[in-house]
Amino acid sequence: MLKNASKLSFQPDVSDFLPAGNEEKQSLVVMRESVGFWKDGVRRFKKNKVAMFSLFVIILIMLFAFIAPAFYPYSYEQQIRGSEALDPFEYSTEELALKESGESVFPHILGTDNHGRDIMVRLMMGSRISLLVGIVASILVFLIGSLYGSISGFLGGKVDIAMMQIVDIIYTVPDILVIILLMVSLKYPLQSLAENIEGFEWINTVGIGLISIFIVFSLLYWVGMSRIVRSQILTLKEQEFVTAAKALGASRKRIIGKHLLTNCMGTLIVTTTLQIPSAIFTETFLSFIGIGVAAPMPSLGSMASTAIGGISSYPHRLLAPALMISVIILSFNLLGDGLRDAFDPKLKN
Amino acid sequence: MAKYIIKRIGISVLTIWIVSTLTFFLMYMVPGGPFMSEKTPSAATLEALNEKYGLDQPKLTQYKNYVEKYLHGDMGPSMKQRGRDVKDIISTGFKVSARVGGMSIFVAVMLGIPLGSIAALNRGKWIDSIIMLISTTGIAVPSFVVCTVLMLIFSVKLDLLPTYGLTSWKHYVMPVMALSFYPTAYISRLMRAGMLEVLGQDYIRTAKSKGLAMNRVLFKHALRNAVLPVVTYLGPLLAYTLTGSFVVEKIFTVPGLGNEFISSIINRDYTMIMGTTIFLAILIVTMNFLVDIIYKIVDPRITLK
Repeated sequence: MLKNASKLSFQPDVSDFLPAGNEEKQSLVVMRESVGFWKDGVRRFKKNKVAMFSLFVIILIMLFAFIAPAFYPYSYEQQIRGSEALDPFEYSTEELALKESGESVFPHILGTDNHGRDIMVRLMMGSRISLLVGIVASILVFLIGSLYGSISGFLGGKVDIAMMQIVDIIYTVPDILVIILLMVSLKYPLQSLAENIEGFEWINTVGIGLISIFIVFSLLYWVGMSRIVRSQILTLKEQEFVTAAKALGASRKRIIGKHLLTNCMGTLIVTTTLQIPSAIFTETFLSFIGIGVAAPMPSLGSMASTAIGGISSYPHRLLAPALMISVIILSFNLLGDGLRDAFDPKLKN
Repeated sequence: MAKYIIKRIGISVLTIWIVSTLTFFLMYMVPGGPFMSEKTPSAATLEALNEKYGLDQPKLTQYKNYVEKYLHGDMGPSMKQRGRDVKDIISTGFKVSARVGGMSIFVAVMLGIPLGSIAALNRGKWIDSIIMLISTTGIAVPSFVVCTVLMLIFSVKLDLLPTYGLTSWKHYVMPVMALSFYPTAYISRLMRAGMLEVLGQDYIRTAKSKGLAMNRVLFKHALRNAVLPVVTYLGPLLAYTLTGSFVVEKIFTVPGLGNEFISSIINRDYTMIMGTTIFLAILIVTMNFLVDIIYKIVDPRITLK
């Protein structure tokens, strides 16, 4: 009683007016630590089990395609005499003799084809081609499309109308028709370029088929990307932070690079990722009808195409590349969907 | 609207012109010619043949001749299939392709719309998961994989269906299945997304609270609006069926337009290349144009610019 009574006095308690310590300040902060755009996206992505699993599968396939051939005892163009058309894990008589004499012979996990080439290593190389085509083509599409779209959207007015008219026309061009024609007709000019003019020998190392695919993609497929980037830039450039940046005297280059493109980075990444499977789709299609990557370089499409002839005796030769293509495309599709949900919730339909 | 249509017609005509000009100059970049295949004819015969088909003239004159002929609806004779007109080959090939393609579009729409709607109505349940699993895999499998796997199952293992030709109904089963696989998966995804969006709208709640029967709400109110994305997909779908037919027709040796197109390129049959490309380009461009107009009619909220 007495103690409380002393508290009721009108004498102010000095300790109440001391400046607050750090601990006390912290306890009053209601806001959580702010989470940046990337951190937030990564957190959302990690929660998505399907997307994480497909990322894992893609990493596995990449190891399979880029690292594994280096350690594999056979090479993709090596024709092993006497080991033609073996079933999976079958050995030829020569190989059996070698085994008898105590040497270890690496098994042909998926057998060999009619030329005595190991199918497993060809599958690895084919996946490498598919992945390369997908990734490089998407990067080209990304670069051209985002540059074109951001210039068009930022400048606006007549320039924008003219630039978008061109996009509209390319958009209406039936792509597969033009791709097939281009693929066939680009082959010879590229060949003569590589053979006759110095400084272009690298064309042969990369492969004429691959180069034509890249050219075709960078001619036709950037239009979708440029439309998306343009529409993003159009809405973004009217927003307050851009006005603020302008008022602070930022240059055009800085506004496009630092403010506009960074803000549509999420959309850009998602669209680029979703471009990869469609590029792979087209490449396998072209190789299947026989105008894609040239022999002896294997491609999943051409492997499947040659396997059709022996479909009743060697179904595994067909199923292996077919399954590989499907898994690659499926996992990139799922990864793209996951990235979209994580980094670009607006795009989700 | 009228202004939009005129503008679109202008762009379509321009596109077709660009595609045909591109085709003309690209096909002459490829070495070899239509008369070069099995046994090379003597120099005199070659010269006579070149003169007959006008291949000895300068490229620009040839180009002018093409343009003039096409404007009069004349596609010329095939250089490889002697005695046949390009127009005849295209019309017989197109009839076959259109029959197979039409059936597969029908199958895709008839399967895709109900599947997508069922998935949306049972959102989160096992039936939804199964339909989505199938359709997600469906859009990841290229058509030649579908073709070859079908062939392996139905012809090689079960020995039920023939693998080549097109003479009885049995011959149609596999090409139609292969061609409709991807669009069915795609349409059911579109339909599910559209249905989910529509089911969340206020007017659906209003319709339900008016006491309308569930069937009526679904068919009269929800389905009509949810089907819109599918309508826009019809244009690309047609293009897909036509180009998808390149592979399907090659595998099942169907004597359709896709097959003719690929073999005309391989044979350097110049008049056929021009004919098939222009025909396909006109078809695809016109269909896309029509779909845009139809879209505007079924959904008045869309403003065309």
